[in-house]
Amino acid sequence: MTATIAPSDAPAPHRVPVARGYRFELVKLLAQWRVRLLIVACWIGPALAVIVVSGQGTLPADTLFGREMRATGWAGALVVLSFAGSWFFPLLTSVIAGDVFSAEDRLGTWRHLVVAVRSLRRIFVAKAMASFTVLLMCLPGLAVSGIVGGLVVGSRPLTGLDGHLLSPADAAGNLLLAWLCVLAPILAFAAIGLLASVIFERSPIGLLLPAFGGLGMQLASQVLPMPVAVRLALPSFAFLSWNGLFTSPPMLGPILTGIAVSLAWAVTATALAYALFMRRDFTSLANDGSMRRAITFGILPLLGVWVLSAGVVAAATGATGSGIDAGKLQRSLATSFAHLYRVQSQEVSHLNVTEAQLRTTASCTKGAGLVAQEGPGNDWRCYVYWHLPGVNDATGQAIYQLDVNANGRYVADGDGPNEVNGYFVVHAPYGDAPNPLWQFDGLVDLLSTTSKG
Amino acid sequence: MGSTSAVRARGLTKCFGDVVALDGVDLDVVAGQIHGVVGPNGAGKTTLFGLLLGLAVADRGTLEVLGTPVGRSLTAPDGVAGFVDGPGLYPSLTARGNLAALASLRGPGARTAGIDDVLEQVGLTDVADDKVRGFSLGMRQRLGLAAALLTKPRLLVLDEPSNGLDPAGKKHVHGVLTQLAADGATVVLSSHRMDDLEALCSEVTIVATGRVVFSGPLGKLAEASRELDYRLVTSDPEAARLVAADTDGVRVVDDAGTRPDREVFVVRALLPALDELVPRLVGAGIAVRELTPVVSPLESAFLAITEQQESS
Repeated sequence: MTATIAPSDAPAPHRVPVARGYRFELVKLLAQWRVRLLIVACWIGPALAVIVVSGQGTLPADTLFGREMRATGWAGALVVLSFAGSWFFPLLTSVIAGDVFSAEDRLGTWRHLVVAVRSLRRIFVAKAMASFTVLLMCLPGLAVSGIVGGLVVGSRPLTGLDGHLLSPADAAGNLLLAWLCVLAPILAFAAIGLLASVIFERSPIGLLLPAFGGLGMQLASQVLPMPVAVRLALPSFAFLSWNGLFTSPPMLGPILTGIAVSLAWAVTATALAYALFMRRDFTSLANDGSMRRAITFGILPLLGVWVLSAGVVAAATGATGSGIDAGKLQRSLATSFAHLYRVQSQEVSHLNVTEAQLRTTASCTKGAGLVAQEGPGNDWRCYVYWHLPGVNDATGQAIYQLDVNANGRYVADGDGPNEVNGYFVVHAPYGDAPNPLWQFDGLVDLLSTTSKG
Repeated sequence: MGSTSAVRARGLTKCFGDVVALDGVDLDVVAGQIHGVVGPNGAGKTTLFGLLLGLAVADRGTLEVLGTPVGRSLTAPDGVAGFVDGPGLYPSLTARGNLAALASLRGPGARTAGIDDVLEQVGLTDVADDKVRGFSLGMRQRLGLAAALLTKPRLLVLDEPSNGLDPAGKKHVHGVLTQLAADGATVVLSSHRMDDLEALCSEVTIVATGRVVFSGPLGKLAEASRELDYRLVTSDPEAARLVAADTDGVRVVDDAGTRPDREVFVVRALLPALDELVPRLVGAGIAVRELTPVVSPLESAFLAITEQQESS
């Protein structure tokens, strides 16, 4: 046989515009009960959770801002974002973006769709847009619902991660910015979901991959001793980097790095998904997706993005090691202590001292000085020194045990003296509250290179 | 290309890795006819239908559909509709919802136009607002046909449209397809139900291991095939047996003693021998009450191909 396929000079068939394909995909997605349930849950769940949890005797202190949920409703809205970043966003993207292509395989509707739309490119664009749209239906729900729940609890000033107080307006503004920051990693995970959905076809692995991928990244970044550049090169880091908005000045380096890295992952994963989809053969339905294809076209290229991003971050920021050292902790702890000491003074003795008067310093040691003085761990012990206001040449001293997370967040636990950082109740504007110097959250800038305290 | 051809394929070849799904297939389908494609599982029917529907492109060969050369892009010309491996339906939508969603792809004006008509044509008006999740296979087939009809096709490609149909459903589908052809549209369909194809099709193509082994009118197939078994009912079975046994080219193939209905017996013959048998029976004063093939010519050809494959 020597004949060849006719050249493509025939009149182009009528292709369905992307807008109509997009509407078609939205109709199909929104017809699924689990998608509708998810959207409703996003709009209702956070408000209920914030109201209920804020009224409990024990607050979720393990979650960032969790210990402040009774103090101000803005903390509740931030707990929603923090929790969602750790666990919910990867799951959300799994259910929506991770299933948008696989669903057609399970239902056996690909051929029907291809015949109806007559353009693989338009099908891909419509499906990607529709899944992002459904995600965007969920995200404002989470944000608004969390805020509404918080407003029911009460709109009061929020204690930042360096101890300074943010007015409700500032807290609201930062909260909005934080939500904008997490859009980039959500896009990245949605793109990974699209890629998994294209690669694994009808296999449920595609549906679960973004959720397990997100979980794996969280666990890896918490458990494995990664250099800071490698840690920041994961899209999951950007789910947490918004924390830097709640210090003064804000820690913009990790935030912008996280966004840039996430966008790189999003673009790469989307491009891979597109290329694979355009090569797909719709006459053969026997392929359930293969692990070999997943490794070649999914895992290896994304590992490449990870390595490349890590190299760029390391080169651009000069960040090495864990990004956590004694100098950074000392500076952060001293700043937080000064701000919170001022709050405590006002609540206990109604004195109005300033941070400048306190001239606070700190000295931190890891593992009693027997190990390297850098990196995360719960064996950091710090001494805080400050000038006692109104007393000449008198210096106060307090001890804190620090549990430092690999992502830069730490919990400072007062270890004496009791009258300074022990547990006792003070009269806060919203009622009785624990001593603000007893336990508090702090944050170090992983990319900061000026580590002198 | 002739103006009456809806499909013209020459030397179509399609491989999937080492597997040759289609091997130099030639196909001509006359416009306004119902054309059947039969063959054993794995013969290449689905691949051929996929090429017609624009789901794949051939590796070699030329294909013209509705007068338009099909190029390397994955798109069929306008006016082509149908399904392979069952219709694509969304179970979370109602029957009407499925059709409306499909119609919306063609524009806002087309969203509802014609939906009630096609639902009525396939006999699904009563369940139009039920979720497809609860539909039987036959109902899904009919809804798939309705979805294809919604696009007002000039070439309808249907893979096994009779699967799961009850007699009423079959009647609806046959009626729709016949009317469609009468209105000038071309239908290409496959089925393992030979009686369906014989009832509907004017021409058939038999495909085996990716090659066309027969293509043409059904009558020509009967001539070309091997001897067939015919069920013969007469007014005098005993005498008829003797006449049949005495006719050249005719063999009585069942034993009268084993059949419960002694008036019936089966003869094996080619058509010319059968043409000789009938006047001889009449001449002997025996009334011929029924003479029908036990296995249809199409099924016989199909079985012959299958047996050939098994033996090779």
